[in-house]
Amino acid sequence: MSHVSVRGVWKEYPNQVVLERVNLEIPSGEFCALVGPSGCGKTTFLRMLLGEESPSRGSILLDGEPLVAEPGPERGVVFQRYSVFPHLTALQNVVIGREFASSRFLARLFGAQRREAEEEAKSILATVGLGAHLNKYPAELSGGMQQRLAIAQALIRKPKILLLDEPFGALDSGTKAQMYELLLRLWAEEKMTVFMVTHDLKEGFTLATRVLAFDKVRLDPTDPGAYGATITYNLPLDEKKARMAQAEAAAAEAVPAS
Amino acid sequence: MRRIINRRPGRGGVLFWGLLPFAAACAVYAVASAMRLAANPNDKLLPPLSALGEAIARVAFSPDARTGDYLLWVDTAASLQRLGLGLGVSLLIALVLGIAIGLIPYVRAGLAPFVAILSMIPPMAVLPVLFIVFGLDELSKVVLIVFGVVPFLIRDLAGRVGEIPREQLIKAQTLGASSWQIVVRVVLPQMVPRLVDALRLSLGPAWLFLISAEAIAATEGLGYRIFLVRRYMAMDVILPYVAWITLLAFVSDYLLRRFNSRFFPWMQAGKGPS
Repeated sequence: MSHVSVRGVWKEYPNQVVLERVNLEIPSGEFCALVGPSGCGKTTFLRMLLGEESPSRGSILLDGEPLVAEPGPERGVVFQRYSVFPHLTALQNVVIGREFASSRFLARLFGAQRREAEEEAKSILATVGLGAHLNKYPAELSGGMQQRLAIAQALIRKPKILLLDEPFGALDSGTKAQMYELLLRLWAEEKMTVFMVTHDLKEGFTLATRVLAFDKVRLDPTDPGAYGATITYNLPLDEKKARMAQAEAAAAEAVPAS
Repeated sequence: MRRIINRRPGRGGVLFWGLLPFAAACAVYAVASAMRLAANPNDKLLPPLSALGEAIARVAFSPDARTGDYLLWVDTAASLQRLGLGLGVSLLIALVLGIAIGLIPYVRAGLAPFVAILSMIPPMAVLPVLFIVFGLDELSKVVLIVFGVVPFLIRDLAGRVGEIPREQLIKAQTLGASSWQIVVRVVLPQMVPRLVDALRLSLGPAWLFLISAEAIAATEGLGYRIFLVRRYMAMDVILPYVAWITLLAFVSDYLLRRFNSRFFPWMQAGKGPS
């Protein structure tokens, strides 16, 4: 379960209101796209979900519990760049999540535990299509492959929520299409709640089951920082969800038949 | 005719152009020495290459008449021991403080201004203080090297830690890493090669401080020997010693570079053949 409630959240900096009166109820398993013009606070909102920043007013609840005020393993993240560790190979980049969890002091695993973690990491890397590149360093991978690696890395801790900050912003359109397919498949398999910031409206509508548009509703021309942005549209794409459920059910029927 | 910025020497060309200045310097020395010796056969300023060779044989391969030691090796051992101790201690201090200042906001707030001021104190100006406090023995020389090198290493490393993208540190936290785990698996492995690079830049200052300290108070050491024989204008000993010190510095720099490329292949990854 991963129900997210946002209640009366404001985010203010000195002389600037970024977000105001944000209220939101996101049921478990939803795929939300956060869209809007640049500087409208969508990334700030994502950072608050991540725990990197905390709201000035209001609260964010995950399954009824207030969100911990720093990043933690229940929330995975993929940034546009720099999400992977440059000094570790693809395999090590994924295994490290297990090592953080199981080895408190050395953060390294040995022997059977290590082999087990490596097997798990290999299967995740195979899912994202990096099975042939286990021992390459991130700098040797293309942009799309680095993002796949970042996703694989986030998946090993099985987060309740996956946060994506313009994950495909630096990729070409062909690679993007492959990444959409991968992301939708993983989302369906892992049953995570996904929040994705994007400046590409089409991308938002293609992927998401709910589109959240951020914009300013009030504007003071003499003081641009006086009012903040809020969620101006909250569009559940129920039709699409139904279609996906249908497709899933059809797939489930097809499996025993074959 | 292609532009000169597009014309590159071949393999043999690189070797030739690289060796040329060395050959030219040797030739200039030989000619100048021959001219001075023609005017005055007892000239001590530019001894002939043969005299340099004799001096090398005397200090390196025959025991000293008074002590029975092989001077060059005794001096080298003494100097390298001081240098190694000084740089080793500096590395340890810099690693701990540099990472702490770069990564932990409270440590940065407490120590960064202090280190910044400390690094502005000219080390040679406090050398008398070190002699008074630590005596004239080994300790004051080692402390001078540490004092001269550590502030730079700390500030460089803290800056490098600050350059680690925020995304990496957040990512590690979302994978459940504690502060300590982030240090040992994310920060430290990326900082060791940077520290080695900073150490390479510090080799010059470290030798400077070592030779200065040895020149003032020592009973053996490369710097001590140079300043001792200066009284007799013994250029035939000074010049080989300078060449030897240069060679030692060059070799240690080379070894450190090799160390980095051997143990941290990811630094070169994706940058094409180097």
